[in-house]
Amino acid sequence: NFISFDLTNNRCVVIKSCFYMSHNNSTSGWEEKVVKFFKEQLKEKDARTAVPSLNDVPLHYLKPNSLVKFRCFIQDMFDPEFYMGAYETVDPSSKAKMMQCGKYKDVAECSVDFHSSNTVNAERQTFYCVPVPGESPYASESQGRVVPSTSYAPSRQKRSYEDDDDMDTHPQKQREPNSVGPQSPDNHHGNADCKRQETEAPSSQAASASHLDLNFPLPGEKGPSCLVKVYEDWDSFKLNDMLEVYGILSVSPVLSVLADEKETSSSLLDPTDSMETAAEQRVHCPPASLVPRLHLVHSQRLLHNNPLMPLTVMEQNTAFLSSTLSEMAAVRAELLTYFTHVLLGDTLAAEYLILHLISNVYNRRDVLPLGKFTLNLSGCPTVGSYTERLYHIIQQLVPSSFYLGMTLQNLNQMRLVPKKDYVANRLVSGALQVPKNTSLFLDETRLEQGQLDTAGVHNVTALGNLISWQKVDYDFNFHQMEFPCNVNVLVTSEGRSLLPSDCQIHLQPQIPPSQIEEYLSSLHVPSDSSSQVNKFRIFLGVARLLDYSISDEVTKSVEDDFVDMRKDDPQSVSAEDLHRMLVVARLLSLSLGQTTLCRDSWMRAKHIEMQRKTRVEQQKCVNGNEP
Amino acid sequence: MAMPTSPGTDLLSPAAPQDTSLLSSPRPSVLPPDVDMSSPLMYGTPIRGTPARQRPDLGSVRKAPQVDLQSEQPVSDATVGSEPSGGQRLVIWGTDVNVNICKEKFQRFVQRFVDPTSTEDENAGLDLNEPLYSQKLEEISVVGDPVLNVNCRHLQSFDAELYRQLVSYPQEVIPTFDMAINDLFFDRFPDSFLEYQIQVRPYNALKTRNMRSLNPEDIDQLITISGMVIRTSQLIPEMQEAFFQCSICGASARVEVDRGRIAEPAACRHCNVSHSMALIHNRSLFSDKQMVKIQESPEDMPAGQTPHTIVVYAHNDLVDKVQPGDRINITGIYRAVPMRANPLQSSVKSVYKTHIDVIHFRKTDEKRLHGLDEDAEQKLFTEDRVQSLKELSLKPDVYERLASALAPSIYEHEDIKKGILLQLFGGSRKDFSQTGRGHFRAEVNILLCGDPGTSKSQLLQYVYNLVPRGQYTSGKGSSAVGLTAYVMKDPETRQLVLQTGALVLSDNGICCIDEFDKMSDNTRSVLHEVMEQQTLSIAKQHVILALPVSVPHRVRPSPCPSRTVSVPHRVLPSPCPLCLFLRFDLIFLMLDPQDEAYDRRLAHHLVSLYYHGEEQMEEEFLDMSVLKDYIAYARTYISPRLSEEASQALIEAYVDMRKIGSGRGMVSAYPRQLESLIRLSEAHAKVRFSERVETIDVEEAKRLHREALKQSATDPRTGFVDISILTTGMSATARKRKEEVAQALKKMIQTKARTPAMKYQQLLEELRAQSETAVTKELFDEALRALADEDYLTVTGKTVRLLA
Repeated sequence: NFISFDLTNNRCVVIKSCFYMSHNNSTSGWEEKVVKFFKEQLKEKDARTAVPSLNDVPLHYLKPNSLVKFRCFIQDMFDPEFYMGAYETVDPSSKAKMMQCGKYKDVAECSVDFHSSNTVNAERQTFYCVPVPGESPYASESQGRVVPSTSYAPSRQKRSYEDDDDMDTHPQKQREPNSVGPQSPDNHHGNADCKRQETEAPSSQAASASHLDLNFPLPGEKGPSCLVKVYEDWDSFKLNDMLEVYGILSVSPVLSVLADEKETSSSLLDPTDSMETAAEQRVHCPPASLVPRLHLVHSQRLLHNNPLMPLTVMEQNTAFLSSTLSEMAAVRAELLTYFTHVLLGDTLAAEYLILHLISNVYNRRDVLPLGKFTLNLSGCPTVGSYTERLYHIIQQLVPSSFYLGMTLQNLNQMRLVPKKDYVANRLVSGALQVPKNTSLFLDETRLEQGQLDTAGVHNVTALGNLISWQKVDYDFNFHQMEFPCNVNVLVTSEGRSLLPSDCQIHLQPQIPPSQIEEYLSSLHVPSDSSSQVNKFRIFLGVARLLDYSISDEVTKSVEDDFVDMRKDDPQSVSAEDLHRMLVVARLLSLSLGQTTLCRDSWMRAKHIEMQRKTRVEQQKCVNGNEP
Repeated sequence: MAMPTSPGTDLLSPAAPQDTSLLSSPRPSVLPPDVDMSSPLMYGTPIRGTPARQRPDLGSVRKAPQVDLQSEQPVSDATVGSEPSGGQRLVIWGTDVNVNICKEKFQRFVQRFVDPTSTEDENAGLDLNEPLYSQKLEEISVVGDPVLNVNCRHLQSFDAELYRQLVSYPQEVIPTFDMAINDLFFDRFPDSFLEYQIQVRPYNALKTRNMRSLNPEDIDQLITISGMVIRTSQLIPEMQEAFFQCSICGASARVEVDRGRIAEPAACRHCNVSHSMALIHNRSLFSDKQMVKIQESPEDMPAGQTPHTIVVYAHNDLVDKVQPGDRINITGIYRAVPMRANPLQSSVKSVYKTHIDVIHFRKTDEKRLHGLDEDAEQKLFTEDRVQSLKELSLKPDVYERLASALAPSIYEHEDIKKGILLQLFGGSRKDFSQTGRGHFRAEVNILLCGDPGTSKSQLLQYVYNLVPRGQYTSGKGSSAVGLTAYVMKDPETRQLVLQTGALVLSDNGICCIDEFDKMSDNTRSVLHEVMEQQTLSIAKQHVILALPVSVPHRVRPSPCPSRTVSVPHRVLPSPCPLCLFLRFDLIFLMLDPQDEAYDRRLAHHLVSLYYHGEEQMEEEFLDMSVLKDYIAYARTYISPRLSEEASQALIEAYVDMRKIGSGRGMVSAYPRQLESLIRLSEAHAKVRFSERVETIDVEEAKRLHREALKQSATDPRTGFVDISILTTGMSATARKRKEEVAQALKKMIQTKARTPAMKYQQLLEELRAQSETAVTKELFDEALRALADEDYLTVTGKTVRLLA
């Protein structure tokens, strides 16, 4: 079968391949061919970047029924739906019958022959996807940068379907080839059709957005959300996965109209009407102009969303890996200097901050998450909005992050834990529904006097569970469901945090308190796109993904050390301390680019742990009321 | 099978000449409307005065005409080939169902089917050796409830072919069954009066499946799925028959609703005026309908996914049968309705809406009210799984294996793990209601206490994750109502609803309470009833009820202040009431042993925990899922009984325990301890998959009980086990104070030393006068006891006698 796709020229007329196939009556096997074809095309160099991304290009610039990509986060999973995989149409005038394909499409042609015995029913699953929550500006922008704005072709929504078929079945008759890269502005500004789209679409979007809750996990987020229709192997997708989806965009206005019709008509006699409430209808069939449908052709699970690193698993990219590894120690030293500067001259705290930022739950032994390293940075100055500055510095370095000021109002009113809304039949998101390796910044310096209400108590419990077990219990009303997560939690506080933490470090500013404000205002922060910042970003991203092992020899010496320490003073070192020291040693080695633990790193880990502990002890003596 | 037709087609293209498609299609795809009357499945014909009642759950059955196989459909000959060839070859269009054969078969089933091994609740009181469904017919004639529930499993074992037809063509076969049963019934009981004709409701179709496995092939078939009700709609009146009246001459006409549409009469038949007919709503016939939303039960779901939901329609008397939160099995017909086409639009959404028309509801949790929870754990094990579990149970070290598989990330504490393992298995359920003592508790309660940082919380988390209905709560935040239940007004319905707390939710599971010592006394007292009687009484806002719950508890008090090794007397920091303590079968102290060899092993364990590959760890231990299945299997199928030798061994053990303390006037064992021993030995027998409790089980129970006691209740001065120590918990300073008082008392007595016997009250007053700080009566008693332990004096009643 002849399939004419020219991906690099971005003339993806995928859907029509179905027609070819069904014309030739070889309904079997064509699906695999389409998927295989796409996968091969996408493997090719630059092919990925040639596909326009829904993250950057406004929806009204994208061509309907074309291939687009979307970097997203699965926020909710809807029920599977049955659709007509293949059906027969009858032409009202000629009575000619024709097989049509329903896959990768939302609407069927008119004059469907419902009684045809050739109808094939199939099943597909819908995921509600939103852009990756809490993504730092650099992460979303620079990923957009590589995408040429290829899709500034005029939208063809106005064309009828007959036209569409006609054109696509005769690819040679297609319009001017849209060259890669930005088109000349005159070209499409001259097009009246396009102009109309440009001026109208945004306004309508703004209007309708007001009454539609797009259910972003974090407050204040915006961006396109999308209903992704998955045709195969949907059990392998998990809630809260980060994905890069390649699919066929469907924004057919028919969808919106059908939805509107539903809401207004309330005939008791139609059995389909009473099935869904208006709320449910709004959620599951939002206007396509606002929430487009994406029919998935190919998807890839993202291990990270750091745009500066290759997408594929580290091992496959040996060149990249070896070059970064060799630089690790140097970059680490630079980063340490920078953090020391930021943390008011406290090198030890800076050291711990690095370890915290590269921590990662790499395994779970039954209920115990291994590798998490929640840091409680106590003794933060309250002047000059220090904690907020610190957050912005961290946000600049990590791909996704979220700042949660622990004010009474936030704790009592914010929804942290996702909750199932059975009326609208959707999972109402909460701030703790974030992708893995998100940096959660809890600012306890914002605590104030007052009483937590029931919701507040639940929120604090949820935060505690998140820190201790790296899991969030989603509220399904009749029961709770546990979702594991992998979030780096950093708690800044004045005294010891009210939340549990793996490690507490008390900040010891080297600057006299009177000068802190002045110091902060002159804090040197490198510009967002400087090569130094980019190096830091790569460093943090790579260190997190490195494999790690420990040799038998070192195991032995670690054991000996532990026994010795216990011998001197059994009270001072507990199993918990050993747990922590092992994590510190692991993170320390990784931060130096070492994938096995060596004796030096272990000694160093022990040393900084000792330093930290003495400091905490001292602090206890200073504040008598500390527990 | 053709798709259900949509009203949309007609709307969309009313003029579409449908006979053209008939010509070009290999088999007739659209029915000419005049075949209607030939349908064999006519409803509405009253049998001997009993009116028929529409079955909206089956849809428009009347639309199915019979076709003669021989002339039209040679293709399906093969499927009917098994039937007598000389008979009729008429089948219902689109199926291979022959009405008469089907009727006969079903009547034969009703008259002959016997299930002598039936254990179902519904069959209680029936003679199991008589035809089951005939007896049910009799019941109908007496009770007058015209519903016959038919277990599909019975039907399948009786006639597999009929069962297949039922599952594949429920819409046609069930009405056939209805006709058959009514014929049969009115033949047998010609004089009986029923509200309407009997309706057959099959349930338990073998295709019981979870929601996730439904696929397009199941459309229009009879399915049984399980799930939880999450939402019920209000009652929807659905029109069955429209009543029209002519506004000119007053003549009336009735039109039946066909697939959601009413064909409005264009002209009055009486006076021939067109457009004069008006619909009279309150003379039309309506039937009840309710939308129910079902969600997958949490146990059926793969991890990391959200539960699926499905819409179910309940009709007539099934409306309001279920409430949100109920766990049910529903049997019904899976339907798909294509999206309605809009006449103004040129295209249709190509998605079907699916729902289930329910025929039968069965609550899966209602049985628990009868205290039989084995069926609720309807965990189905595959043959292979059972085989492998049995093999595992034959291994001599199965007990040790399972114990080490429990929370492998926690180091050592083997005895505690064993205790928890036995708790997970539980004892056998005993019923003494005839002799007036009700149920004996079969559940094992455990209390863990100990030094900080000994992974108590982690152990709790593990157990909570292991059992299907675990609840985890912290004593710090719990209130009595949070544990039990409270009554509140539902904001939507404004009805009083019972909100359940942790203990109720963990019914039949395990309730893990962390930081038990931080719980207020008030709250703690709630536990008394739950732990021993396994019931829960609530009296709130004029609602008084007792809920049966069976919850083993694992409670862990938060660390007692850690002390140096030189003080071996570790007691609980807060004095808990003795009665509550006795309700714990096992009380463990988790200590930090602090010796070098232990430290080394611990370090090794932790390092390997962090750095060894996943595979390596998995090999060493049993999989968590195997452990889960093993426990579930044992709990469901094994209920060991005491053997003669075991009973003897238990008696001896108890007598021994009593003896230890009796010499010194202390009680070291209560009858409750004997019960604990029995439970533990039963649990141990369950671990071995043994139906008999042997001596080895008792030995292990004794050992474990002793270990637990030794750890927590050894009198440090005497080395004797004393239960009461658990309750006299005091801190190091309090003990020091006690010793001071004792010394002061001794001195005082020595200085006086006139008589070998003194008055208790007098002594107390003298001491109080002498002492600078206040001496409470309790403190004084303690001091006396301390001196008595030194064999310096004895206290008998109100006199204190000096020895020596």
